[in-house]
Amino acid sequence: MPSLSVHAGGLDLKNPVLLAAGILGTTGASLCRASRAGAGGVVTKSIGSVPRAGHPGPCIVHVDCGLINAMGLPNPSYKDFQAEIDAARKGRVPVIASIFASSAEEFAQISRNLDADALELNLSCPHAEKYGSELGRYPDLVESVTGAVKAASSVPVWVKLTPNTADILELGLAAQRGGADAVVAINTLKAMAIDIETGYPILGNRFGGLSGRAIKPVAVRAVYDLASRLEIPVIGVGGISSWEDAVEMIMAGASAIQVGTALLQGYGIFEEITSGLSAYLERKSITLDELCGMAGRCS
Amino acid sequence: MRPIDTIIMEVQSETPLIKTLRLDRSLDPHPGQYAMVWIRGLDEVPMSFSGPDTITVQSVGEASEALNSMGEGRSIGLRGPLGKGFTLLGERILIIGGGVGTAPLAFLGEQAMNAGMEVTSLIGYRCCSDMIFLKRFQRLGRTIVTTDDGSSGIRGRVAAGLEALDLDDYDQIYLCGPELMMWDVISRSREHAKKTQACINRYFKCAVGICGSCCLDPDGLRVCVEGPVIRADRLLESEFGRYRRGPTGVKGPCRG
Repeated sequence: MPSLSVHAGGLDLKNPVLLAAGILGTTGASLCRASRAGAGGVVTKSIGSVPRAGHPGPCIVHVDCGLINAMGLPNPSYKDFQAEIDAARKGRVPVIASIFASSAEEFAQISRNLDADALELNLSCPHAEKYGSELGRYPDLVESVTGAVKAASSVPVWVKLTPNTADILELGLAAQRGGADAVVAINTLKAMAIDIETGYPILGNRFGGLSGRAIKPVAVRAVYDLASRLEIPVIGVGGISSWEDAVEMIMAGASAIQVGTALLQGYGIFEEITSGLSAYLERKSITLDELCGMAGRCS
Repeated sequence: MRPIDTIIMEVQSETPLIKTLRLDRSLDPHPGQYAMVWIRGLDEVPMSFSGPDTITVQSVGEASEALNSMGEGRSIGLRGPLGKGFTLLGERILIIGGGVGTAPLAFLGEQAMNAGMEVTSLIGYRCCSDMIFLKRFQRLGRTIVTTDDGSSGIRGRVAAGLEALDLDDYDQIYLCGPELMMWDVISRSREHAKKTQACINRYFKCAVGICGSCCLDPDGLRVCVEGPVIRADRLLESEFGRYRRGPTGVKGPCRG
């Protein structure tokens, strides 16, 4: 069988299929379950500096080809999360802590106080005031936050980018200037659903972020653009729900991928993608390394 | 799915804090399954079905109070039925319920009786004025009542009524109520855990098994989709009865 192991963003991964942030990442036990199911690495729920209960419900709404969510960054704060990371590490794959904050100093403070294998900076959540994309859409803030976390931490730092911008490449370049070890693209797209019986916006927060199959072509293009210009690796995420999607994202230039909404099908998705990817590489007699960025070399 | 617009056809007061709402449609639920109930402009909360077209709501917070103050003709949004409900097995079954937790069990017992099963019920309440669905249970068969203050039936928690029963007599045991009451029953009858199905409660946010807020230690069982009905042998070695996570994910104590 072809090897699926990969070195990406400063981490050695047994395979390139990771659990995305915000999905089944609240407890060490559920993260472990993802690793036992075959994930090559797991990203935690985004962790901040104070406990947050998140937005009122409904927090998700199914639409035709995806899911709109507005969880609202619920989390117990970094002070109460280390035990979950420690428990997640029993799954014996890298545990990447997703963190969010409203300033470079606050990001640095959280990163100093969490012990994980890598950090993923949430500069892209589209539905929480003062956080996520409210900072992440400004290249200068992306650069300064990344720099502050790099200075405060000794582990690899990944920066998750927002697609809710005119030019995601500018954000990727800013992360690279700040010293990021990888960028992760994309987070959800700003979206909304309205109850036509009453006119009420369905989500408690009124609007949220669209994920799932609908956003995959957007993610593929973002990864393609980023991978063709950046020197640091790109981790691809957005609507991947099959091994074919994974192949496409890797061809676009992703060194590794993350799976989120497809967990609606259950934990079996990891095995499904890794075995399909492996069979594909064998059939084509190519390596993962040769697959990565193939689309850029064809054009 | 998007929330289904549903009209409240009838409101029945069970106690000062508990009401049963009859809806304009049946979502064809199995007993033990739940719906996410959207009170527009306020919140969305899980409620288990107390009948094919009814939910029974206890006022415990802002959302449930708002739901209980809605009159006939008002509408709510429903996602459901969700989760894994009870599975009817065997010929003789025992129902053990506490407080508003008796709601899905009355629904279950009626299905069991229709399927020709022999139903025994052990139901507990804080006091006689908190009792709900007594007549529904009595119609099913032998019914033992406990109250904490002794105002009706046996004095004490539900487990006090276990002495009147031989659990070996039953093919399957169905349990729902406050967590510590269920824990009390399960831990006293460990040898029957494999034939005990418990309907439990955790903090649900997405209700489709992806957000992770309801996951149970140490296996990460997603209560919203793999439960809320879980076999008691899985609960014995879990966080159940010891702690639970709230909306922020911080661990806190279980409720009575």
